[in-house]
This record gives sequence, structure tokens and C-alpha cells, in this order.
Amino acid sequence: MWKWFHQLASPPHFYRIAPAFSTWLLLPGLALIAYGVYSGLFLAPMDYQQGDAFRIIYIHVPSAYLSLMAYMIVAVAGGIGLIWRMKLAHAVAASAAPLGAWFTFLALATGSIWGRPMWGTWWEWADPRMMSELILLFFYFGYMALRAAIDDTAKADKASALLALVGVVNVIIVHYSVEWWSSLHQGQTIMAEGGPAMDPGMLYPLLANIFGFTLLFGSLLLRRTRTEVLFRERRTRWVKEMILAPEGQS
Amino acid sequence: MTDQGPQMPGLLVGLVAVARRDLLLAWKRPGDVLNPLFFFAMVCTLFPLAVGPSAEQLTFSGPGVLWVAALLAMLISLNSLFISDFDDGSLEQLLVSPQPLPLVGLGKTAAHWLTSGLPLVLVSPIVAITYRMPGDVVLVLMLTLTLGTISLSLLGSIGAALTVGLHRGTALLSLLILPLSMPVLIIGANTVSLAAGNETYSAGIWALSAYAVGTLSLAPYATAAALRISNE
Repeated sequence: MWKWFHQLASPPHFYRIAPAFSTWLLLPGLALIAYGVYSGLFLAPMDYQQGDAFRIIYIHVPSAYLSLMAYMIVAVAGGIGLIWRMKLAHAVAASAAPLGAWFTFLALATGSIWGRPMWGTWWEWADPRMMSELILLFFYFGYMALRAAIDDTAKADKASALLALVGVVNVIIVHYSVEWWSSLHQGQTIMAEGGPAMDPGMLYPLLANIFGFTLLFGSLLLRRTRTEVLFRERRTRWVKEMILAPEGQS
Repeated sequence: MTDQGPQMPGLLVGLVAVARRDLLLAWKRPGDVLNPLFFFAMVCTLFPLAVGPSAEQLTFSGPGVLWVAALLAMLISLNSLFISDFDDGSLEQLLVSPQPLPLVGLGKTAAHWLTSGLPLVLVSPIVAITYRMPGDVVLVLMLTLTLGTISLSLLGSIGAALTVGLHRGTALLSLLILPLSMPVLIIGANTVSLAAGNETYSAGIWALSAYAVGTLSLAPYATAAALRISNE
């Protein structure tokens, strides 16, 4: 187990095995998304209140879930990198942040499009989930801006990891304070929490999409991390040897 | 202990010495203290000009405007927390000193609060009265600002320590600190609004106190770690 862990942490080894892992995640992920999207958009019964508009849930919920998941990955990978000085962990954190920011943006955009027919507005300031998600997006921007502002990679890794750890504590506080705030200002409940149980015909495509999106995210993360590793190790011997090696041996 | 050369002064002595030095520097350069206050007053002037001077409007938006202006004024003053020490090399001396770095950072942050947060708290009643805020609400405003600016100074010291060697200025610092400071703003401004509406507001005061105590206990360690990272 530990040997495997140490091997994984070595950049050349990771660079070699990442494509295979990425493909293994990608194929079932795409299959699940294909099933989820098709049966979500065409087969699932219509919602008795929202009609066809609810179908955006099949993109919205997986994106919102991944936006938080990616932030946790950024923080945990940063923490591992800080504590155990694992170079690969920092590369993972650096690659996960832009992906997470995109999923956050996707969650906000689909939420806004969903809000138009449901609430009659593109943006509902009083909704605590939208506010938390927006502040999360700002966190991602700050994280990426700090990374981009520091030229020295090792320093950028550590500084941004510290920021991510501070941010993780704060994201929780933001969540609760925004909820308190919206309870002060919200005139009427815009959406019942929980609500009636979902029809299995609606639920299974959603679950399939959540798993599918997660696998897709994992696959993309491996690919991005691989490129990041290659860029970071560009001056090392193994990269030079690999590039100079004859075709087909990489 | 005795054969290890000169003895280290006590922890409290070190903390006070660092804070005293920064206060003395601020005294010699009063502009650094006054500019954020002028900025605060000017931002508060912009709002009536932009949204109209009706009494109803002012009493409604007063708590929020004052809080946002105070937050921005704190942000402006944060930029200079470590930068001059970094430029003249005294920050490195603090880093290699035997004093624990979190305490050194806390000393500097305390001086920062005394020269930026406290003056804001003291000036805020003048602006609040022009926004037609009643006396008891002004007291609530001052209390929330006191608790809130303590948290903001401490949170800001993390951001200032992370960005100290970078010459990208305030924009980056704001990008880092503003998301962190949103809970303080949310709780602070809404507590004042509740007080202005004659509703119970004690929950907000407790929450702000908890936040201040939490940052006071945790932020100095993050600041110390950040200082070590950016001065490698």
C-alpha cells in the first residue's frame, strides 16, 4: 500500500500511468452521462409543478456538487502538499482549481437559467444557495489570482495551499451567515426544502449524471495534472530523456 | 538556560515592543492613519450623491453603506501592514528573532487595528448621525464595528502576509480578503439594520464576538505561516 502510494507520488510514474487511469474513468463516465442526459431529457416524467423546466436539474445538481467537491480537493491536496511536501499534491491542487471554477460557473449559469421560468428573474439575491455559490466562485478567483501572481512555483504552491485551507474554514461560515442573512430578507419561501420524494424515473438519471460528472471530473483532473506535471518537471532529466526517446516509446 | 548567552525577553515584552514600534511609526506618519479615514468619509458621501438624499433612503441604506465603507477603508490600510518592514529588511529580523512569529504578527496586527479599526469606530458616529441614525443604533453600530474590525484586521493580516513580496498591490489583496470578510459584513451590517428596525439583534453581536475570538486564536498562526512562505 505505502509502496504504491510512494510510486504514485513520483512524477514520472504518474505521468506514465495517468492516461490509462484517465481513460478508464472517462469511458464509464461518458456512458453514464449519455444515459443520464437521454433518459433525463426524454424519458423522465414531467414535473407536475415545473413542467419541462425542471430538466435542467440534470446538469445543475451535478455541477453544484462538483463545485464544492473540487474546492475540497484543492484544499485537501494543498494541505497534503504543505504537510508531507508532496509535489504531486500541489500539481493536483493547481489543476483542480480552474475545473472547480468552471463547474461553479456552470452551476450558477444553469441555476440562473432555471430561475428565469421558476422565479421570474435571472438572479435572485435572496436565495442563499446562489449567494454561497457566487462567493465560492470569488474564492476560486482569489486562489487562482494568488497562484498566478507568484512567479516561483514552490512558493505559489505553499501560499495558495494556505489560502485554500483558510478558505475552507470560511466557506462553512459563509454558508451559515448567508443562510441567516437570507432568512432576514426573504419574503416568501421560493422553493420548499426537500419537497416531495422524487419519482424513480426522475431520480435514476440524476444519480447517473452525478456519478458520470464525477468520473468525467476525475478524468479531466488526471489529464490536467499530467500536463501540469510535465510543465513543472520540464527541466528534469526524465522529461528530456522521454522527449529525446525514439517515437512510440514515450 | 543561563549559559546560553543573553536571555530572551518575555513573550509579552516582545509583543508590546513590536506593537509599540508600529504605533510610533504611525505617529510619525499620520497620513497613513488619516487617509483611510478620509476615504471612509468620502465613500459615505458618494452614496447620498448617487442614490439620492431623501431621509427615508438614508435611514434604510445607512447601516449597509457605513459597513461597506468601513470594510473598504480597512482593506486600503491593510496593504501597508508588512510592506515597509519588508522593504527595509526589518521583517527578516522579526522572522529570525527567537520570539514566536504568531505573537510578532499579532503585535503588528494589534497596532494595525489601533491605527485603522479604532479610528474608524471613533469616526463612525459622525457619519452615522448625518445618515439620521438614532443614538442607540449608533451605539450598536460602534459595537459591531469594534468587533468586526478586529476580525477584519486579523483576517487581513493573513492576506497581507501572503502578498507581501508581490508588487501587484491592492487589487490582489482585495480579491483574497473580500470573500473572507463577507461573513463579517453580512452579520455586522444586518445587526445594525435589525437594531434600526427595533428588532432583537443580540444574536448578531454574539456571532461577531465569536468570530472575533475565533480569528484572534487562529489567524496569527496562519499569518505566521504565510510570512514564512513569502519570505523564503
